[in-house]
Amino acid sequence: MAALSQLISFSRASCRLSSVTKAWRVLPQGSATTPGSVRHVSGLVELPETHEMLRKTCRDFAEAELQPHASAFDKQGRVPQETVKAMGELGLMALATPEDYGGTGMDYLAYAVAMEEISRGCASAGVIMSANNSLYIGPIQMFGSEKQKQDFISPFTDGNQVGCFALSEPGNGSDAGAASTTAKEDGGNYILNGTKAWITNGFEAKATVVFATTDKAKKHKGISAFIVPKPIEGLSLGKKEDKLGIRGSSTCNLIFEDCKIPKENLLGQPGNGFKIAMMTLDAGRIGIAGQALGIAQAAFDCAIDYAGKRIAFNAPILKMQIIQQKLADMALRIESARLLTYKAAALKDAGKPFGKLAAMAKLSASETATFCGHQSIQILGGMGYVSDMPAERHYRDARITEIYEGTSEIQRLVIAGSLIKEYQCL
Amino acid sequence: MSLRVLVGVKRVIDYAVKIRVRPDKLGVVTDGVKHSMNPFDEIAIEEAVRLKEKKIAKEVVAVSCGPTQAQETIRTALAMGADRGIHVEIPAKEVEKLEPLHVAKIMAKLVEQEKADLVVLGKQAIDDDSNATAQMTASILDWPQATFASKIEKTDGELQVTREVDGGLETIKVKLPAVVSADLRLNEPRYATLPNIMKAKKKKIAKMKAADLGVDTTSHFEVLEVADPPVREAGIKVEDVDTLITKLKETGRI
Repeated sequence: MAALSQLISFSRASCRLSSVTKAWRVLPQGSATTPGSVRHVSGLVELPETHEMLRKTCRDFAEAELQPHASAFDKQGRVPQETVKAMGELGLMALATPEDYGGTGMDYLAYAVAMEEISRGCASAGVIMSANNSLYIGPIQMFGSEKQKQDFISPFTDGNQVGCFALSEPGNGSDAGAASTTAKEDGGNYILNGTKAWITNGFEAKATVVFATTDKAKKHKGISAFIVPKPIEGLSLGKKEDKLGIRGSSTCNLIFEDCKIPKENLLGQPGNGFKIAMMTLDAGRIGIAGQALGIAQAAFDCAIDYAGKRIAFNAPILKMQIIQQKLADMALRIESARLLTYKAAALKDAGKPFGKLAAMAKLSASETATFCGHQSIQILGGMGYVSDMPAERHYRDARITEIYEGTSEIQRLVIAGSLIKEYQCL
Repeated sequence: MSLRVLVGVKRVIDYAVKIRVRPDKLGVVTDGVKHSMNPFDEIAIEEAVRLKEKKIAKEVVAVSCGPTQAQETIRTALAMGADRGIHVEIPAKEVEKLEPLHVAKIMAKLVEQEKADLVVLGKQAIDDDSNATAQMTASILDWPQATFASKIEKTDGELQVTREVDGGLETIKVKLPAVVSADLRLNEPRYATLPNIMKAKKKKIAKMKAADLGVDTTSHFEVLEVADPPVREAGIKVEDVDTLITKLKETGRI
């Protein structure tokens, strides 16, 4: 238990090495969501009892309600509303939101665990859950007024309604600061114009957090965040994207044409939009790391099960060293990515800076997911290439995790930026 | 009529685990092995919670006789809707030797202490398959019993229970207070929702020892040997019915 607290302290080391020896200290009592209680960060050895119970519920639900239908969800291109509602009833759609707003009141470690178990059953269900939790509810919870929380969080906690997050545009994804969607003040309203691209949950969402430029001269400091209910006049949807993976989740453009929203729908301060987006994505990365872990684990489970049963050269292929090496490599990467994910979540829950760890977790987990998806097909051979086995779906689902919520390249820049600050070298 | 229901929950090796016999051949490997609530006990808890939701029961108390980790099992019951728990602590070394008769005596004592009106137990535990605790508890209390319940309905001061028996379904009426044992098709247990897992943290679990209840847990049995079931042998194919009958006669089957 002390080990993880030591690791967390160590990561805040400054340039001077001598300070490292003074860095061993126990985490502070209390955390963001459970004030006064001791933060059990024994996640290195085992999770706290509540989190284990949560893992069991999520795993049982995923194995019973998601896994058997994931292939159908993928083929038909949607996760049914009843399934999302069932997830809401379990408390999964607003895991780290306080009970006052209809949330479950758990912490981000619980969210990471839940994301992995749900995504192991169905990656599309995982992203629907993640987009609602981190990308939609997240920024409103962090920056919204009391009224905004009541109006735009509470109705989105039980799975009956989902929200979405609109930052990317056809002209800029990684280059988020170049947002060309505009918001002009007009009396007591803002008028939005522009197109947002690649919006997860775009079709079903009943509200969206949107980022638009209110003052082009200020560049990225001139971007503001808004909450826009759906449907609304002046907001139309582009075609549903035909994706390689996570096909059960809807992705489309949001097209704003003189879309009028009341001034009260401004989220946070004007000009603060870019910062809100970046802070939202920091937390969202922990969710996506969880999703990638679930996909990786599902791919691994499929591979090791097959290897134990498939007979070739007079024995199960599990006996072959080359297959064993693949499985060991997959398991190693999954375990490493999981530890990074838990650490990032624990840092966030302790109220400490977690951006670098969140980027590391997302980067590691997503590259692990694509590695495991690839190797899983390789172990299954021809069977891995056909839809009779889930390996091909895991391979397709994994790919997006290296792209959305910050590409792997952006994650590396985030990590490097953090390192440079820590070492005060520039 | 508002019943206080006592439900027994046992911590057993998870049903999905591959069981391995211990090298000393006196038991199975339990160290580091995944454990969960006995599936029939999950059904029992679910039924008790449903009775509370129908306002037939006013309180559901989850009881477990087991090692320290049995508290996790009780907390799962609390997360499913039980109101409070009682943990009768049995030292880890003695857990294996605990018998249905001991548990039945403990349950009977708790019924007295808690003034319970109904006891619901799983029909059997998946580790020892004894299928005895419910029957013994009823006997000690001199209460009516309704075992292998697949449906429970309340009718003025009585329970109407449909039982799964060899010949089919049997419906009986039992006067309260009574002991019921839950069978597979009684209900489908709910997931412990995350909000309920959080709520369960605040619910109380009372701790006590078997001796505190005046129950002697001295073993009446000695395990002589535990062995794997024999490996299933391959069958043979025969050409026609006549050969089949000849073969069956040869091997003494008919």
